[in-house]
Amino acid sequence: MTAVIETRGLGKVYSAGTEAEVVALRGVDLSIRRGEFVAIMGPSGSGKSTLMNLIGCLDTPSHGTYLCDGVDVATLDAEARAQLRLHKIGFVFQGFNLLARLDALENVAMPLGYADIPRTERLARARAALEAVGLGARVHHRPSELSGGQQQRVAIARALINRPPVLLADEPTGALDTKTGEEILALFRRLRDDGHTIVLITHDAEVAAHADRVFVMRDGEMHAQSEEEAAHLAEVAQVLHGGTP
Amino acid sequence: MKLAEVVRTATFSLRGNWLRSALTSLGVIIGIAAVIVMVSVGQGTQAEIDKLVSGLGSNRLDIFGGSSRGFGGVRMGAGSSNTLNLEDAEAIRTDVPEVQYVSGTLRGGTQLVYAENNWSSQWQGVQPDWFAINGWEVASGEGFQPSDYNGGKSVILGETVRRELFGDEEAIGQTVRLARVPFTVVGVLKSKGQGGFGQDQDDLVVVPLETARRRLMGAMGLPPGAVNSIAVGVADADDLAYAQGEIEALLRQRHKIQPGEEDDFTVRNIAEVVATRTQATRLMGLLLGAVASISLIVGGIGIMNIMLVSVTERIREIGLRMAVGAGPRDIRRQFLAEAMLISLIGGALGIVIGILGALAVEKFGSLPAKLDAQVILLAAGFSIATGLFFGYYPARKASRLDPIEALRSQ
Repeated sequence: MTAVIETRGLGKVYSAGTEAEVVALRGVDLSIRRGEFVAIMGPSGSGKSTLMNLIGCLDTPSHGTYLCDGVDVATLDAEARAQLRLHKIGFVFQGFNLLARLDALENVAMPLGYADIPRTERLARARAALEAVGLGARVHHRPSELSGGQQQRVAIARALINRPPVLLADEPTGALDTKTGEEILALFRRLRDDGHTIVLITHDAEVAAHADRVFVMRDGEMHAQSEEEAAHLAEVAQVLHGGTP
Repeated sequence: MKLAEVVRTATFSLRGNWLRSALTSLGVIIGIAAVIVMVSVGQGTQAEIDKLVSGLGSNRLDIFGGSSRGFGGVRMGAGSSNTLNLEDAEAIRTDVPEVQYVSGTLRGGTQLVYAENNWSSQWQGVQPDWFAINGWEVASGEGFQPSDYNGGKSVILGETVRRELFGDEEAIGQTVRLARVPFTVVGVLKSKGQGGFGQDQDDLVVVPLETARRRLMGAMGLPPGAVNSIAVGVADADDLAYAQGEIEALLRQRHKIQPGEEDDFTVRNIAEVVATRTQATRLMGLLLGAVASISLIVGGIGIMNIMLVSVTERIREIGLRMAVGAGPRDIRRQFLAEAMLISLIGGALGIVIGILGALAVEKFGSLPAKLDAQVILLAAGFSIATGLFFGYYPARKASRLDPIEALRSQ
């Protein structure tokens, strides 16, 4: 299986050459294969947001290379990166980021407008996507009429609408209560089973435990998961999945 | 993103804040309506002037006596001293071949009385050519007979005077009194209506020159043969300037004016007066257009202002749209489309209101207005240009936002 996300020596420096120079990312090597459910974990300031922005093609690296589904991102301009995001990446945010004036269906269909897909097909696909996340009955509800978990489901449907190879979720459970968060994470696992690649960014070990593989960011470097961390995670996972330690 | 989709999205955004959108487009509505009304008035005035020029004829000259000096050197203005006389008029007729018509003229004001009606008006004492020079025709009655020019007490009434004195009665053959002197009405002038300078051209009476001198000048003590002015008609308008020079030379010679000395007469070229007037009108048209343009610019600034506010307010939306795949071009188009929609809707309404306004001015106002397709096309072009010009900067600003920053902002 080929890697859908492949970084080599990826680095990011802000305000380079000035006194305020910040090295946010130092030589990260990462390879994620199609159909994997991966978590990138780390405290705030560890560089995980920077990594997410780079993986999400929202930013370009200062050095190193990033191949997004085989495309080298470093050489692309803003317009080409937008095209890449449109077709390769689906974003899920902590704050859902739904447009308040659009109903669920229109929110989900929105990215397809930028792919020049006719309106009727757009709405049909959006309806199907909403049904896939269990919101088939609420297509004409506005975000304000939906619960947090439902809003996040709408956001996930929107992320999936253009069938991107990578689903990038930034603290997707951060604004939800534990139970709803569990439901969302269960949905991610189901999507993984359907063949989607999911990259989950979180600071929460319990959330990360749902992933198949966990990477830990610290001071801009990516560390292999340590023994004790792995043990801890396994413990957590077991609790979560109903077993006993 | 396809154009229809861009327009749909823009319409949706504008409807979300419809009052703000409506108020913003009001600026354009007013601007465009002002442009249409103002330019129409400017063109209407111009057309009026053109009509005046053709009505006056561009082939006449008026010679006025020099200005007299009163006590303390107060100058009384052209024609106030009677330096011109009928011999000058005859000399012009015989010595300047380009001249076709010559008429010495006396003028004054008097009270006219018929039965129990009376009316105050201007009288002109004229010679036969006066009618041709001024383009007057006698609408009814015989007009002056050659014998009348020897002091016959005949009068021709302007239409206004006739109406005021006689109303529905027949005027021809009746006797009216001018300064207590009875005159027989021998004609009524064909109405010319309002003049290009706004005066009532029909409010006058015409009497033969000699009659005027003997009966109407009274104690003003004119020397024999003196006239207030001489009206000259030139056969060919192209000879006007040449004839003017010839007449000036002739009169200087006749009045024995040494080189370097001031003329005791003034030759006025109506064409020059009209040209000045035309220029003034054109200037007024430009000024009106400028004022209207300023209101359009203010409207445009309103659009820019609101679009900048909109970009700031919707920064998260912009960030999100960028994250899901909208390129800078898509964002720029969306915001430009919103600005264009505001200005186009404003422009369309402004054109309707402007047309109604121009028609209303034409119908009820005292200003002439001339509406043509060009003005409307100009206004439509202006509204498109306003949207593009004032919408571009906010749209570019939106498109250059960093999606990461935009998503992070609250």
